[in-house]
Amino acid sequence: MELQQTPEGRRPSVENSFRHGFSDGIPIGLGYFSVSIAFGILCAVNGMDVRTTVLISMTNLTSAGQLAGAGVIFGGGTLLEMALTQLIINLRYALMSISLSQKLHKSVHLSDRFWVSFFMTDEIFAVSASKPGEVGKRYFMGVAVAPYLGWALGTLTGAVAGALLPQSVQSAMGVALYGMFIAIVVPVAKTHRPVFWAALLAAALSCLIRFVPLLHAHISSGFSIILCTVCTALVLAWLAPVHEMEAAS
Amino acid sequence: MTTRMLCYIAVMAGTTYLIRALPMLLVRGKIKSRFVQSFLYYVPYAVLAAMTVPAIFESTASVISAAAGFCAAMVLAYCGAGLLPVALAACGAVFCAEWLLGIWR
Repeated sequence: MELQQTPEGRRPSVENSFRHGFSDGIPIGLGYFSVSIAFGILCAVNGMDVRTTVLISMTNLTSAGQLAGAGVIFGGGTLLEMALTQLIINLRYALMSISLSQKLHKSVHLSDRFWVSFFMTDEIFAVSASKPGEVGKRYFMGVAVAPYLGWALGTLTGAVAGALLPQSVQSAMGVALYGMFIAIVVPVAKTHRPVFWAALLAAALSCLIRFVPLLHAHISSGFSIILCTVCTALVLAWLAPVHEMEAAS
Repeated sequence: MTTRMLCYIAVMAGTTYLIRALPMLLVRGKIKSRFVQSFLYYVPYAVLAAMTVPAIFESTASVISAAAGFCAAMVLAYCGAGLLPVALAACGAVFCAEWLLGIWR
């Protein structure tokens, strides 16, 4: 998302290489593998069979949502409770879907949007959305491969043999996703000052919700992300609106 | 797998999918408003920052090793390293820090 002076009327570039997408997706896949091992272990400990556990991961592809969903299942909750839990925790995906809809190249047809949206996770969104210019479906498909496999295989590993993996390795892998987030934000924050302030404000709000006991007790982690994101983006859009070409780039 | 379990999974996956798909299927044109464009431009960075801090410091066995991973990632990312090298360096820093701290002995 470089802020070079683009001549009026020039089309923003399009990223549509499966290979580029695939390589951008590998760190996400590694991170998902480690995170989903924890999910697999959790389900195994609670007596869920391996097939069911893996089926949940392959049909949902969402960390916080699955964790909460498993809680509803083990607690014997109602189906309405399940739907509401998912709605609140995963509402941020709606925001991301709208945001990415603005970056999809026109070759991504309506029929493609049915499968593209299935793979909308925080990380896949962030990687695709931070590409300069528009993104095509081949790139998006490439990005989604490693995370999907990582998520499913990690869940399988956790459900079958989670306890066998050395804890030192599990602990180190826990940081992979966050390292990748940092790699996405920092280069842009370096060149575009408002993005630096956006990251700082969002992180500060997130800390506030996490460490003020009254807020932490009433705001779930999924909802916290929505709150921090919406507040930050509103403030920055008001104080530092971007030009049309920047928004497209 | 019981019918009840299948119902749970269907509701769970169905709700999650609709949240993701409906906005993308409904919003198909380019949004013209500069304010909305700016808002959407900042969304990914705000999401990532909010998800990373403070969660990264609770993602490993010790705050110190997590801080080591955080610093390694910040420095490498500032120097312009790609996604995978930064993520692996963060993991490596955590592993080394925990070895030095003697957590897994």
